[in-house]
Amino acid sequence: MTLAIRVIPCLDVDNGRVVKGVNFVNLRDAGDPVELALAYGQAGADELVYLDITASSSNRETTYDMVRRTADQLFIPLTVGGGVRAVEDVDRLLRAGADKVGINTAGLSNPSLITDAAKKFGNQCIVLSVDVRRADTPSGFEATTHGGRQSSGRDALEWIVEAVERGAGEVLLNSMDADGTKNGYDIELIRAARAAVSVPLIASGGAGALADFPPAVEAGANAVLAASVFHFGELSIGDVKQELRTAGCVVR
Amino acid sequence: MPDIVVFDYGSGNVRSAQRALETTGATVAITNDFDEALNADGLFVPGVGAFGACAAQLRSVRGDQIIERRLSGGRPVMGICVGMQVFFESSTEHGTQVPGIFQWPGEVVELEADVLPHMGWNTVTAAPQSQMFAGVADERFYFVHSFAVTDWVLDVTGAFTPPLVSWSNYGQDFVAAIENGPLWATQFHPEKSGDAGLQLLNNWVTYVEGTR
Repeated sequence: MTLAIRVIPCLDVDNGRVVKGVNFVNLRDAGDPVELALAYGQAGADELVYLDITASSSNRETTYDMVRRTADQLFIPLTVGGGVRAVEDVDRLLRAGADKVGINTAGLSNPSLITDAAKKFGNQCIVLSVDVRRADTPSGFEATTHGGRQSSGRDALEWIVEAVERGAGEVLLNSMDADGTKNGYDIELIRAARAAVSVPLIASGGAGALADFPPAVEAGANAVLAASVFHFGELSIGDVKQELRTAGCVVR
Repeated sequence: MPDIVVFDYGSGNVRSAQRALETTGATVAITNDFDEALNADGLFVPGVGAFGACAAQLRSVRGDQIIERRLSGGRPVMGICVGMQVFFESSTEHGTQVPGIFQWPGEVVELEADVLPHMGWNTVTAAPQSQMFAGVADERFYFVHSFAVTDWVLDVTGAFTPPLVSWSNYGQDFVAAIENGPLWATQFHPEKSGDAGLQLLNNWVTYVEGTR
């Protein structure tokens, strides 16, 4: 009787279409999110993350519609992040069928958004999504905004601790240095975050080979997330689970 | 097929619950209307967030009365997650004891574990003869909670059929599911537990069908 390590495909979505860029540039189209989501559900995904990368644009209805269509057919947990700026955005996503909502940039500029959303909807559905890169800060990591394009000026670990204190029930830890490189997760970052907080951690950024997954778990991740390696069929969810199982991890 | 009401009292992912229940063939409405909730063949009570807020919201639409009346008539009710926890006597939040709607004695307490919330897919030791877990006793289900009932204290006298209690473990043993006559409940989310969860919901709907 042990909790299973979760394997989570992330679908980066732009205007209702799945894309994944290398370091968030050179976007490539990988299809319809709902179809892909259902295929991942069939393949054994433990959860699904939608990251709406064009959320700053006005077309939010497309996102809500995509969330509704997914939640109507897929009966595993769904996290939606990107462009969440206000408690009302959280409310609308949850009503559309999301189980958890990721708060990123808006949380950095307005930390009380995390407090207010967690108070209203419960810690369990507020995910701190943080894009981290190495920098000259006390922990050696800083939080970035706007998909890694800007420095927030905040030490990443300090921010993670504050966000969890404010009520974030989970942390989606995305390494901007590793993202798109396929050189493996940033193990030091995972270890540092694990030491700092006691909520579940999702490791994100850098997965390129099967051997990349067990070290992330060993470093303290409760879930492992990947995007392009799944979308382009380089690795399957089943392969990743088998790899984890061989390494002694419990999977579903 | 039976008609089910997903009780919409402001807590929980009612849409997912509705869609998942619809896969069983049941007719499913989302409402907090007193009469509709009272008269449905089955009442499904979701719930997320804080125990106190959930119990208060449930009472504000007279959910406690609806549940009480339904149960005294042997009419099925199923609670999910915090929708299960509020059926207990009380919970301790931030050091303060908050009353539940007290269908069962016992207290909802914070789990002792290194990482909270307990979030993800875990196994359940299904009670022998469980109808709820028929066909899915060996499957994993999706949990997301920090509080749970770790001590089942109902004192069963000869007058009652003992409830079936199924357990899970995260840091410590806790109550994962209960089948108590017409009152069923799960700490996990069957509506988010893939095919296993849908089968479990189907088992409930089959039970509901048998009570019509």
